[in-house]
Amino acid sequence: MAFRQFGAAVAAAATLAFTSASPAYAVIDIQWWHAMTGGNNDIVNKLAEDFNASQSEYKVIPSYKGSYPDTMNAGIAAFRAGNAPHIIQVFEVGTATMMSATGAIKPVYQLMKDAGEPFDPKAYLPAITGYYSTSKGDMLSFPFNSSSMVMWINKDELKKAGIADIPKTWPEVFEAAKKLKAAGHTTCGFSNAWATWAHIEQFSAWHNVPIGSKANGLDGFDTVLQFNSPLHVRHLQNLIDLQKDKTYDYAGRGNASENRFASGECAIFMTSSGYYATAKSTAKFDFTSAPMPYYPDVEGAPQNSIIGGASLWVMGGKKPEEYKGIAKFFTFLSETDRQAKLHQESGYLPITKAAYEKTVKDGFYEKNPTLQTPLKELTNKEPTENSRGLRFGNMVQMRDIWAEEMEAALAGQKTAKEALDAAVSRGNAMLRTFEKTVK
Amino acid sequence: MEKSVVFNNKLLPYLLLVPQLIITFVFFYWPASQAVWQSFLREDAFGLNSEFVGLENYQALFAQPEYYKAILTTLVFSSLVAALSLSIALLFATQADKNLKAAGAYKTLMIWPYAVAPAVAGVLWIFMFHPSLGTLARPLRWMNFDWNPLLNGNHALILVVMAAVWKQISYNFLFFLAGLQSIPKSVIEASAIDGAGPMRRFWTIVFPLLSPTTFFLLVVNVVYVFFDTFGIIDAVTGGGPAGATTTMVYKVYADGRLGGDLGGSAAQSVVLMVIVIGLTAIQFRYVERKVQY
Repeated sequence: MAFRQFGAAVAAAATLAFTSASPAYAVIDIQWWHAMTGGNNDIVNKLAEDFNASQSEYKVIPSYKGSYPDTMNAGIAAFRAGNAPHIIQVFEVGTATMMSATGAIKPVYQLMKDAGEPFDPKAYLPAITGYYSTSKGDMLSFPFNSSSMVMWINKDELKKAGIADIPKTWPEVFEAAKKLKAAGHTTCGFSNAWATWAHIEQFSAWHNVPIGSKANGLDGFDTVLQFNSPLHVRHLQNLIDLQKDKTYDYAGRGNASENRFASGECAIFMTSSGYYATAKSTAKFDFTSAPMPYYPDVEGAPQNSIIGGASLWVMGGKKPEEYKGIAKFFTFLSETDRQAKLHQESGYLPITKAAYEKTVKDGFYEKNPTLQTPLKELTNKEPTENSRGLRFGNMVQMRDIWAEEMEAALAGQKTAKEALDAAVSRGNAMLRTFEKTVK
Repeated sequence: MEKSVVFNNKLLPYLLLVPQLIITFVFFYWPASQAVWQSFLREDAFGLNSEFVGLENYQALFAQPEYYKAILTTLVFSSLVAALSLSIALLFATQADKNLKAAGAYKTLMIWPYAVAPAVAGVLWIFMFHPSLGTLARPLRWMNFDWNPLLNGNHALILVVMAAVWKQISYNFLFFLAGLQSIPKSVIEASAIDGAGPMRRFWTIVFPLLSPTTFFLLVVNVVYVFFDTFGIIDAVTGGGPAGATTTMVYKVYADGRLGGDLGGSAAQSVVLMVIVIGLTAIQFRYVERKVQY
């Protein structure tokens, strides 16, 4: 008896749920997996909310999936299990892995064409889209949050140490670091987050020397690493010498040590321009950002920097009407006012030329010069083969391998030359394995 | 009158075993056989292309100097963690077994760390020992000790060993305490009357009678250091600096998940599996002989 009543209740509830969940026409869900935390997570949710409110056919559902590598692995695992999301945010070093997965992804240029959405690749900043396009210029993924590396400066501490001008070149940075150390910064003259991004990837582009052949891998997976040149060895040797008395102090592979800047310990600290929002809320001193330093005797330096950050990849095997919704969402993201606002709030770079121009015209950079530094770096010169970007298979793990060798050199276990040679040969072995798996 | 019950059904024993067999098959034999099969394949991360390459993954693996380094690191790491966590836990258990005033509170506190997830334990230890932010690292610096696990491999190894030991002491403590409490008091009292001091009583009476527990914990701890410490290493050092804390199980993760080399990673899992099975077999063959049940 009781059971029958229970059954009836379930049936009634189910009918109710069913009728209330199906409006006059079905809304198409678009799953969006991302890796944004804190303030940036709020921005992602707000974007989805605004898009969902702007029309009634599609519903973008963002979900946070952990760190960048976690999100990417979750996406890959979901694809293997046959339930991939529609959009997945992948950090820049995962680009080679994603683009080689023909069939698993839907290239953005094709998505826009199939959906009949107006799409002009020239409207986007080439320094950014170049990273995510084929050599023919076809855009494969949609740039979402882009940044570059800048040098953060604690102006108060520099003044106290008697340093009048913000250092521009590496020799000037080393001098300034020595003065800071003498003035009481005994544990850190200068430092940086993202060790290999700073001293191998950005360093090479900024000095117009190759990280690897074939335009740093952009022109083919048969690329060979080349960052063991005399210039690279010289730079690493300088860091090794300065590490001995902590004029330079290594701060790890990722960005966990970024608050060594905000705490005042390191008065010169290189990290992503995306650090802006955190610096603004945590640093209790006058700070600014400056372009990355360079060696003045290197011809053509400084060249231009390359981007970091992440882009949105569209997964393959979805229904045409779902792709139509994704295309509409990308158009929505590209709107000039929205891009300009995103840039000014998050500190990430604007992706369209129009949004950049609007921000300049509004006089935003006069009040916030810190936010213009990465844009100046990216557009400093017309990109060359060495500074368009980079695309190496297995890059996520390769960065760890490079960092391992840098650590061995900084700890005095290897010479600069030995460490870079080892990083290059171990990296090349990984590139060959990758080349075999994607052929 | 016959009292024992005899089941004549030949099928029943197998039927009773079935649930356990299913679990073993689904959670051990099936995934293990998948790993063995995958170790003979070369596959991209998405599983779009896969190719049978025979023993190529194993050849590539044993040609890497880093792999031998990881094996060595694993040996050092696992012996340190197993030895320290067992001996410290035994010390604590013998102390807690005495008639203390607040023994209950003391025992409860000892067990808490076991409830902490490995990654969380790792983060806790980072808060204390990060070279420039750590609350306990700063006093070290004031004493002019250059504590730097970011660059010094030995410091990093010490840090992960401390975290892994701290996490495991609770578990060992619990079993040792239970073992101690099951030793009959009369035996110990008898030896005391015969004039044996506390140390002598411990080594000739308590320790041998505790040997089944010790042996069980040895096996469990070896498995723990080989597999479960992964979360701690990932959170504390990420295998660095310069590979100083890359153990075999961490390398499986780094190559498979970060590197997308599933074949190579599977080959490493198979090697790891063979080693752990071998170690366990050795323990049962040789160490168990010394156990007094």
